Amino acid sequence: MIEVQGLTKRYGEKTAVDELTFGIEPGKVTGFLGPNGAGKTTTMRCILGLDYPDAGTVTVDGRDYHDLGYPMREVGALLDAKAVHGGRSAYNHLLCLAQTNNLPKRRVGEVLELVGLSEVAKKRSKGFSLGMSQRLGIAATLLGDPRVLMFDEPVNGLDPEGILWIRNLMKALAAEGRTVFVSSHLMSEMEYTADHLIVIGRGKLIADCSMSEFIAGSSGAAVRVRTPMAEELIKGVTAEGATTATDDDGAIEVRGMTAGAVGDIAFDQGIRLHELTTVHASLEEAFMELTASSVEYHAGVPVAATTSGSGA
Amino acid sequence: MATMTTLNTRLSPLPPATGRAGLRGAIASEFTKIRSVRSTYWTLAALLVVSIGIGAAITGGTEASFSHNPANKAAFDATQISLIAFFEIGQLIIAVIAAMAITSEYSTGMIRTSLTAQPRRGTVYAAKAIVLTSLTLIVSLITSFIAFFVGQALLSSSGVSASLFHSVTIPQNANVTCPQKGLGGGGGGLPPGCKVVFSGTYVISPSTVLLAIIGCALFVTLVAILAFGIGAIVRHTAGAIAIAIAALFIIPVLEQALPNQWRWDIMRFLPDAANRVVSVTIPGSADPHLWSAWPQLGVTALWAAALFAGGAYLFRKRDA
Repeated sequence: MIEVQGLTKRYGEKTAVDELTFGIEPGKVTGFLGPNGAGKTTTMRCILGLDYPDAGTVTVDGRDYHDLGYPMREVGALLDAKAVHGGRSAYNHLLCLAQTNNLPKRRVGEVLELVGLSEVAKKRSKGFSLGMSQRLGIAATLLGDPRVLMFDEPVNGLDPEGILWIRNLMKALAAEGRTVFVSSHLMSEMEYTADHLIVIGRGKLIADCSMSEFIAGSSGAAVRVRTPMAEELIKGVTAEGATTATDDDGAIEVRGMTAGAVGDIAFDQGIRLHELTTVHASLEEAFMELTASSVEYHAGVPVAATTSGSGA
Repeated sequence: MATMTTLNTRLSPLPPATGRAGLRGAIASEFTKIRSVRSTYWTLAALLVVSIGIGAAITGGTEASFSHNPANKAAFDATQISLIAFFEIGQLIIAVIAAMAITSEYSTGMIRTSLTAQPRRGTVYAAKAIVLTSLTLIVSLITSFIAFFVGQALLSSSGVSASLFHSVTIPQNANVTCPQKGLGGGGGGLPPGCKVVFSGTYVISPSTVLLAIIGCALFVTLVAILAFGIGAIVRHTAGAIAIAIAALFIIPVLEQALPNQWRWDIMRFLPDAANRVVSVTIPGSADPHLWSAWPQLGVTALWAAALFAGGAYLFRKRDA
């Protein structure tokens, strides 16, 4: 369990993370979403004690990361696959990490086998492709059999096979009851893997909800209605608190109301309907909408306010 | 690369954890790090080649000069001349190894991985320093002894070579007498017909020689700690090496340009001054404005301690 409380981190004038508060629960893949520069990596660096917060606290199982007995047994983190000494072999890289946490040597061979790097174990990692480096980084996270795993943009720059591999790995890790916290700026990626979402923009929390809530709760979830009696329908649903918009092709988009409720109103008022469809926004659309609005806000306006109601 | 269709992340169970990750694991890790990169071997090889090879060249050249001018044998310090390449140039190579022990973590990004595995930074810093200092001390001692023995072997026929096994008598003064007045005493070879008469002797005991050999190794080890501290402060390989070379090599040269009185007051406080005292075995031939060997090594140690402590403070305090 990772708890982030009022986390604030500034680099000089720039506030990278601004009073961020959220928790990550075990047994799930929690997606950490935000445009580039939103503060995802900074948040992860603060969780790992690499950066010191200017305000707020971060705890792993109730403790400061610096105080964990054997950090690698609690948290496995991969922030940057290229953050290795390229002159060192894959085996020795993992060995020197295992030794810090008194992990048995045999573990190194096991994790190399698991990620499929056994054959290049003695090769210097300088010559590794990004996909191989990514696997080496993941092998390191698994050395201590940790309950919490953190990956920063793990699929960035990977080929489709590598992406699929990482996707399945994250699901498998979560299925074993581990906490998986994975950041991405690719919404589509989250759609396949994440159960829960934490969305940030400009260092502030935008949303913290389950994936289905995120999609359903966004204003992108609408009911599309076609009717020859448009005026009456718009009157009827707006009276009940919904908002409407008319598409170019004449269809009415009703927001803030379920398809069932729209159908009932139509029936009660004798409005003939030619179409009544619930339109699910994709995660991508929901995200664009949220972050676009966060970008419109300027400093001092609480961006988090835009999320009220998103957690249906 | 093998495609993995099924993924079983179950690994063999780990032994139960007791206590916490500490210095012992960190030392083992740092030892693995330093022995698993080629640059360590390249730089250590360079240290040996330079210290022994250039040492031999200098010693051999001096030996050759004896046949032109035997007067050079007076107060000749065979120990110092065999070690000069080690403590003057070898120290710079050690400074590079030491600075890189920490700056390479930053240049590669490895530091983030290292500090995620062991977030207690004081432990990481101490482990790095312990491994580096032990390695440097051992390698320096080996280099120092080999350079000494190679040098003495080259001087063996000169009659003024130093020895670790018995006392050696070295002539104190050389008086050159020539048939024509005014020709003696000039630089270069001895003019024909001149004669060299030695007077007085120095008796150099094996313990004096041993102290010089070990003292040079200690000096170079202190240089390693100093350069390590600089590396931790600047976190940049080229920058750290440049500063270390400036402190050990360039500032002492620039300092020579100062008026004598200032120069004499300042020189004993510079980190490199110790090497010009510890390597001396001939009584009274060290610069009279420097302190004796141990206090002068103490000055180097203070520099090393200050930079090491500064590095430790910043290593713990700054974002990685």
